[in-house]
Amino acid sequence: MKADQREVGVRGPVAARGGTSQSARPRRVLDALDRAIVNRLQDGIAVEARPFATCAAELGIDEASLVRRIEGLLADGVLTRFGPMYDAERLGGAFSLCAMAVPAERFDDVAEVVNGFPEVAHNYERAHRLNMWFVVGAGSRADVDRVVAAIAAETGIEVVDLPKIEEFFVGLRLEV
Amino acid sequence: MELTARELAVVGALQDGLALVPRPYRALGESIGLDEAEVIDVIASLQRDGVIKRLGVVVRHRALGMTANAMVVWDVPDDRVDEVGAWLGVQPDVTLCYRRPRRPPSWLYNLFCMIHGREREAVRARIHALRESAPLQDIPYAVLFSNRCFKQRGARYRFDGEGEREG
Repeated sequence: MKADQREVGVRGPVAARGGTSQSARPRRVLDALDRAIVNRLQDGIAVEARPFATCAAELGIDEASLVRRIEGLLADGVLTRFGPMYDAERLGGAFSLCAMAVPAERFDDVAEVVNGFPEVAHNYERAHRLNMWFVVGAGSRADVDRVVAAIAAETGIEVVDLPKIEEFFVGLRLEV
Repeated sequence: MELTARELAVVGALQDGLALVPRPYRALGESIGLDEAEVIDVIASLQRDGVIKRLGVVVRHRALGMTANAMVVWDVPDDRVDEVGAWLGVQPDVTLCYRRPRRPPSWLYNLFCMIHGREREAVRARIHALRESAPLQDIPYAVLFSNRCFKQRGARYRFDGEGEREG
């Protein structure tokens, strides 16, 4: 995943065990302008002196209205922070997607152990024999290896380590 | 790649995002002693080098009701995986597409993609359409829907020991 690229970042107090922290929030209903803004912003803004003015002109609104709308979408949790999407590996990090086959009766305990590692992100329960999937991100491949080994040692469960070999182009956007 | 001190300062100042003000690059520069043109210059160069993919937003899909997400994995013959991956990556609703190693006997699939949608039925229909497509016909696959999300956030990592980044 571009999670390796991690690409996605959801800010705020997360790590909600046993559920999604986002789903507790009342869902905002997007109007047509919100949708146009969200779709447009996913393509990124220009690196120029007044990027919001340029973007607003494309959308047929003024700069101040666009900024207000973005603030609202951020506050309502529709958008994550407005900022750069890094290629984490080019910044020097190393990542791997990892999977474990966790017995159902141990699942919550193992999740707690795994999530206790600050290098772990995006932990999902998935319907498969390998039922726990998460991303380990650290400063180097050797650090990732150490975290993977520590998780296996602490849980007594094999960690299947699946680092990205190649990333194929994707559009990186979700039409809303 | 090695970043220069000036690049690191900009990357550091960007960690909390861009200010929502008419001239965000000027505001960013003020915090680190660079003028607007220098900031624009550094960011443009980081974009050219691929360190910054883009400046924008990520949609929190769960907040929009896009709660069904399936990881679909395929066991593609190694000599076809580049061709199939390049095709799969640009199909509608495919948000990620990676080649990863097989780990027999625990894991035999080498091509991964993510498909997002509002409902599982829509995601299933999408997967069905992909399976019917020529590049993926007769390719063994598995669909792994997510049941629960325990921890969702971007990878946070440190550099220069002066804080964490979300990226």
